[in-house]
Amino acid sequence: MRGDRKLFDGLSFRVTAGQALAVEGANGAGKTSLLRMIAGFLAPAAGRIVLKSAEGESAEAEERGKSIGWLGHQDGLKPQLTVREQLDFFAHLHGRKADANALERVGLARQAELPCRYLSAGQRRRLALARLLVSERPVWLLDEPFAALDTAGQGLIAQLMARHCGHGGIIIAATHDPLGLGNESLKL
Amino acid sequence: MSPAFLNPFGTLLLRDLKLAARSGGGAALALSFFALVATLVPLGVGADLKLLARVAGGILWVAAVLSALLSLDRLFQGDFEDGSLEVIALSPLALEMTALAKIMAHWLSTGLPLTLLSPVLALLFNLDVAPTVTLFLSLLIGTPAVSAVGAIGASLTLSLKRGGLILPLIILPLLAPAVIFGAGAVRLVLDGMGSGSALGLLAAFSFGAVLLSPFAAAASVRLNLGG
Amino acid sequence: MQFLFRYANPHNFMRLSGAVLPFTAIGAALALIAGLYLSFSVPPDYQQGRTVTIFFIHVPAATMAMGTYIAIALCSLLSLVWRHPLSDTAARAAAPLGAMFTALGLITGALWGKPMWGTYWVWDARLTSFLLLLFIYFGYMALWSAIEDEAKAARAAAILALVGAVNIPIIKYSVDWWNTLHQGSTVTAFKMAAVYYPPFFTMLLAYSLLFATLWMIRIRTAIVERRARNLMQGAAA
Repeated sequence: MRGDRKLFDGLSFRVTAGQALAVEGANGAGKTSLLRMIAGFLAPAAGRIVLKSAEGESAEAEERGKSIGWLGHQDGLKPQLTVREQLDFFAHLHGRKADANALERVGLARQAELPCRYLSAGQRRRLALARLLVSERPVWLLDEPFAALDTAGQGLIAQLMARHCGHGGIIIAATHDPLGLGNESLKL
Repeated sequence: MSPAFLNPFGTLLLRDLKLAARSGGGAALALSFFALVATLVPLGVGADLKLLARVAGGILWVAAVLSALLSLDRLFQGDFEDGSLEVIALSPLALEMTALAKIMAHWLSTGLPLTLLSPVLALLFNLDVAPTVTLFLSLLIGTPAVSAVGAIGASLTLSLKRGGLILPLIILPLLAPAVIFGAGAVRLVLDGMGSGSALGLLAAFSFGAVLLSPFAAAASVRLNLGG
Repeated sequence: MQFLFRYANPHNFMRLSGAVLPFTAIGAALALIAGLYLSFSVPPDYQQGRTVTIFFIHVPAATMAMGTYIAIALCSLLSLVWRHPLSDTAARAAAPLGAMFTALGLITGALWGKPMWGTYWVWDARLTSFLLLLFIYFGYMALWSAIEDEAKAARAAAILALVGAVNIPIIKYSVDWWNTLHQGSTVTAFKMAAVYYPPFFTMLLAYSLLFATLWMIRIRTAIVERRARNLMQGAAA
């Protein structure tokens, strides 16, 4: 529900390990809301979202959240922190050790000591991607992942996404562009 | 600058402290405001030294509370606006612990500096040593409550553009006990009595506030994330 | 509990309140007239003189002020824990009434104080607590108005109401403590003579019926307003 309006009804889908799901729809159709529901921020008016893993099932929003890597419209970057500080924060926040490798993999190694306020939009997105890498979460929820990226950046994301699925991760992305992963697609 | 490994709570605390230090001098704003109010009051009520000593506890307590308020509205709002709050909410750190970390960061960057400045300002009010010590102790014990109760207000108003106006209205009545016990302790000492009971009540209030407010703050954050 | 949920349906509430409203309204009016008459015709108190009359307007108002907040806190609990749909509306509707009673209590308290203590405001524990209560009401109403999303506002206000509920006894205690600090431990025990019971309880009844009447009217208005808005939104789409 958005306000008093029903956004979508009768949705049912399943995504298994190694799969990617592209959620498509016009602006305002509720793609972001669906992602937020899966992340556990928003409660569905009716229905259930269940995450099944080797350890068991989790239908509780907060539990589910522990398995989710989120890449929303915003980057979650603090202008006053340097790239390295920001990434270390993300790593430690998720209980991981600081990893210099991640910066290399997204092509931001040279910007490590640069405060985030000086990053371009594309660079910010890459840093947010690096966050996904260091947090090592199995399920990635991406909201318009290709937005604000140049061709090289888009290639990078596609590559990282392919690797993630290749390792058994799940991706659910709201997107206008094709993910190019032989994925399923859900139209709202 | 940051150690090789830090637990989630510590890393959030450290980050918030860094951010406070790097945005406009951190404690500087609160300290300046505190000193300014302490300067304005004698201008307002006259320089009768006996009178000033009498009201020092109350004035400085109220000034400290107001100064601490200044940075409260951004406590959660900054993270909410740039998308950091979603990331933090999904991390292994429980939202209640997130709130506690932010309360601690706020106190360390606001309440504690104010407490440390208070003896200097007590001088302006002609306060003797014993009541100054009491004032210092009362602020030390009571300012955590201000950060804690403030966090509740901050989390309830985090989605408001001009929430800064409602925040004081919501939390000042709830902070009345802190002002009463804190300033009351100073007055007791001025009258030659012991401040133990007052400080004890203040400590109980602070303890309860710090213990319970993370729950209310976390509930409010969840509420706002669901928007 | 089941009973509460049966009238959670706005439609049922409208029917029930519509039936009950005329009675509470008339009852309130009658009780108010009776109460005022009794208040003025009661023999003058040996220490308060004629001003004891104000007492019967003041104390029940103060009782209602506190009682309304408890009602709001209960509605907030219902709303947060059991998702009772009408309780948000009820809580919001009750707030201005509570503020009104609090203000009435403060004004009549001051009027009562002048003959008793010589000044209008003397910072005694009760009036000071009520002044803080008035601000708490203002904050609660302000929060409702400030948040645009109604559902969010409802839940935020509910959280605030419950935080306030926990805090108010603490505030009351601290203000009492503060009061003994500068007045020594004077306990103002006001024992009500039996002859004063009729006007007091009649006024309390009158206020309660008045509150019930106004509360139901406000809830009904809110329900109708929402229906009108839904219709307009539907029409626009």
